[in-house]
Amino acid sequence: MTNHWIDLRNSDCILIMGSNAAANHPISMKWVQRAKDKGGKLISVDPRFTQTSARADIYAALRSGTDIAFLGGMIKYILDNNKYFKDYVVNYTNATFIVGDKYNFEDGLFSGYDPKTKKYDATFWAFKKDEKGIPERDMTMENPRCVFQLLKQHYSRYTVEKVSEITGTPKEDLIKVYEAYASTGVKDKAGTIMYAMGWTQHTVGVQNIRAMCLIQLLLGNMGIAGGGVNALRGESNVQGSTDQALLFHILPGYLRAPTANLANLEAYLKAVTPKSADPKSVNWWQNAPKYVVSLLKTYWGDKATKENDFGYGWLPKLDVGQNCSWLNLFDAMYAGKIKGFFAWGQNPACSGANAHKVRQALGKLDWMVNVNIFDNETGSFWKAPGMDPKKIKTEVFMLPCAASVEKEGSITNSGRWAQWRYKAVDPPGQAKPDGDIIVELMNKIRDLYKKGGKFPEPILNLKWDYTDQKGHFDPHKVAKDINGYFLKDVKIGDKEFKKGDLVPAFLFLQADGSTSCGNWIYCQSYTNEGNNMARRKKDDPTGLGLYPQWAWAWPVNRRIIYNRASVDLEGKPWNPNRAILKWADGKWVGDVPDGPAPPMSDEKAGKYPFIMKPDGVASIFGPGLTDGPFPEHYEPLECPVPKNLMSGQFVNPTIKIFTGELDKHLTCDPRFPFVGTTYRVTEHWQTGIMTRWQSWLVEAQPQMFVEISEELAQLRGIKNGEKVKVSSVRGEVECVAIVTTRFRPFKLGDITVHQVGMPWCFGWMVPKDGGESANLLTPNVGDPNTMIPESKAFMVNITKA
Amino acid sequence: MEVTRREFLVFTGVAGAGLALSSLGINMGPVKAYAAEQKKIDKIKTAKQSTTICPYCAVGCGLICSTDTKEKKIINIEGDPDHPINEGALCAKGAGLFQTTANNPNRLKKVLYRAPGSDKWQEKSWDWALSEIAKRVKATRDANFIEKNAKGEVVNRVEAIAHVGSAALDNEELWPLQAMMRALGLVYIEHQARI
Repeated sequence: MTNHWIDLRNSDCILIMGSNAAANHPISMKWVQRAKDKGGKLISVDPRFTQTSARADIYAALRSGTDIAFLGGMIKYILDNNKYFKDYVVNYTNATFIVGDKYNFEDGLFSGYDPKTKKYDATFWAFKKDEKGIPERDMTMENPRCVFQLLKQHYSRYTVEKVSEITGTPKEDLIKVYEAYASTGVKDKAGTIMYAMGWTQHTVGVQNIRAMCLIQLLLGNMGIAGGGVNALRGESNVQGSTDQALLFHILPGYLRAPTANLANLEAYLKAVTPKSADPKSVNWWQNAPKYVVSLLKTYWGDKATKENDFGYGWLPKLDVGQNCSWLNLFDAMYAGKIKGFFAWGQNPACSGANAHKVRQALGKLDWMVNVNIFDNETGSFWKAPGMDPKKIKTEVFMLPCAASVEKEGSITNSGRWAQWRYKAVDPPGQAKPDGDIIVELMNKIRDLYKKGGKFPEPILNLKWDYTDQKGHFDPHKVAKDINGYFLKDVKIGDKEFKKGDLVPAFLFLQADGSTSCGNWIYCQSYTNEGNNMARRKKDDPTGLGLYPQWAWAWPVNRRIIYNRASVDLEGKPWNPNRAILKWADGKWVGDVPDGPAPPMSDEKAGKYPFIMKPDGVASIFGPGLTDGPFPEHYEPLECPVPKNLMSGQFVNPTIKIFTGELDKHLTCDPRFPFVGTTYRVTEHWQTGIMTRWQSWLVEAQPQMFVEISEELAQLRGIKNGEKVKVSSVRGEVECVAIVTTRFRPFKLGDITVHQVGMPWCFGWMVPKDGGESANLLTPNVGDPNTMIPESKAFMVNITKA
Repeated sequence: MEVTRREFLVFTGVAGAGLALSSLGINMGPVKAYAAEQKKIDKIKTAKQSTTICPYCAVGCGLICSTDTKEKKIINIEGDPDHPINEGALCAKGAGLFQTTANNPNRLKKVLYRAPGSDKWQEKSWDWALSEIAKRVKATRDANFIEKNAKGEVVNRVEAIAHVGSAALDNEELWPLQAMMRALGLVYIEHQARI
């Protein structure tokens, strides 16, 4: 979230699309309701009339996988009706930038596409730059090659008629949503978006979100109270686990994972440090070397020296273009290339798209380590229905760990608040905190490598001192390491620091090895003054619910990021009634500002507001993505229509299609005529492995179901409560049919399309006869940028069981 | 005493009537449950309280755990009214957090091992399990270590071991976890954020 949960109350119009917040983030609705109490409007756009829709002022249905068409229509509406916030668009976005001559868009394809590699050459989309290397701009936005004009041209095709025929949303509903949301494109109104996996789990996932970013920028909704782009993250610390880089492509703090072409630290730092020729651009990432070297000092401690590149050579290097993400991981495992596997607090046998392939892959391992608080379908895959344990050679170690209240540490919520939690009791039986398991296992591995082995340096040189005097894992030690230390006495500006002091903020980190920091965005979380994540003071100086002394938010306790865009060029808030920031008496007052520079109108020292972007402004034109600088509608890999009404390009041209024996997919096939989608229920969490073992929750949600419309029920002769079989080309799942008006057939021109939906929280293990995972049906195809699977739009059939 | 939560809620509403009827040979179970709940409330008054944050979605609601200091058991978990986000309110999962604790008989409490081709678990000690895992990590890593790629560039990585998880861990656990995996040379490092 660019903003945070409580800030929802400051909104005039909340769009919930790609999320069912009322069911999956129930307490968020407390703040949505506060906004409504003050006259704010709630819009729900969803294929199904959900619990969120039931609270909405406006509901619009759309066919799964057509969000870009829906939002593209809104962009066109905003531009056609002059609903955009002109001062904001001109000054704070790249709408005025001139795009180079090689950029072009024709019949669904951007220029630079190579059909052989299925990749774009993004240099075709570069901006035109002046002799100093600064992008050329036309502040009147009339130049036909400026971003604003190209945007107009691109979305001119997204007429209400065409959008309606693609999405199945009635034209009048589209207009209602567009009118209500576009009304926030004025100084004193704020609109916000709440989205979740309903947007990410598509082959156009990133571009779904980009489309909304474009809308937020056109309406001047970024950086303001009650605005922003808000991803509702679904796990208590999935924000933190992303920040700490439990992902193949990054190091902690969103530093790029090293690649083989960057043979030494100098080459790596050059590659990760963007340059800007524009003196008005802060270009914050120019500080990357300080964060990289401080991270290396945390990894290897005293063993990291200037002479040995601070241990850069000890980090594994990916090949250029190598992608080790989830779908590729299980593809490699299925091919027998992966021998050992850690499934740590995760249940891929139920959570992975095309789960049958995942389960088969687990059987090809030599060994697996499974850490969990409950038995689960992954650790016990060898005794699943249809498996013959005698034929499965995989050794499995199942390690019992502590529950959340049995250990101490911090987790980071969706609003980037790192909040400390305390231990209430010891874990039961042999169970122990994950922290202890990690430390003890690595100790044993280090002991073995002391006697020799392949490339032992990174293992033996790792600074591994995270236990207390009794030998137990000490979260405070790690928290301080993540925050970072001064490693010698230094004077920075007029401030003096002693060796051993905790670094007060990332502004003070150095690239010469004199500071350590395990994750630069968490610098300031734990300082000499104490553990900021444990704070519980409820002062609210702005009156906008920022609670700056409750816990701690990254970065540097900024509660609303990009907040420099909430003020005009003189530093006056666009909306004085909801001022999160203002320039007064030579300083910023309110939230922690995005950098200390004075307002943009200051000719000498003024800076652009979007400090993380090399050009200092937000990207309406985004030349950094895999699949194009503007979002474009493509059909899901599996869809019910024979062609893409928007262009001759049927599906996203850059997606990777797996071609193994279990990687099946079918589109427009009469055997699988209905659109399927997946979702969650309040009572179960993710694959349900924590909740399906709890009697109170199982009593409320006992078994797998499928929701179908009355029309489809009639078509197939299915009665409410009957057992049915839902199948895709990849598998089948038995469900109880819920015949409901929550789903209605979509009218796409002359075609009628039915959609059904299932929760994905069940699995064969528990409860008894509770049913199987909906992920046995979902396709293993991903978004080309993120490789997040397309679990929200695929094709199924439904028959009586 | 086997009383489901729903039954309990129903019965507590008519507890007064239950007491009056007990002399007529009416089932006293629900009444006893009510009495037990009253006792629990007494205990809560003397219990140690600690705050926590909900382990489910990422709204980050606050809760208060009450722990019986003598028996070292959690006896109650409820919403934290001082928490600015949830102001004491919880969803069904958060309100049931009690059932993720030792009070749930389904919790894993033993280190388990399944041998190749076996159809059952064996109970093992931590020392045995971690030693055996460490041996396998080393054997697999050393046998499959990739020093250079096809272009001859130094890569020093291991593709034969993969790791997934976890968004359920604390930041202070995740940092050493990724450090360990990267020090081993793993590149297949993924978790819930990817799916």
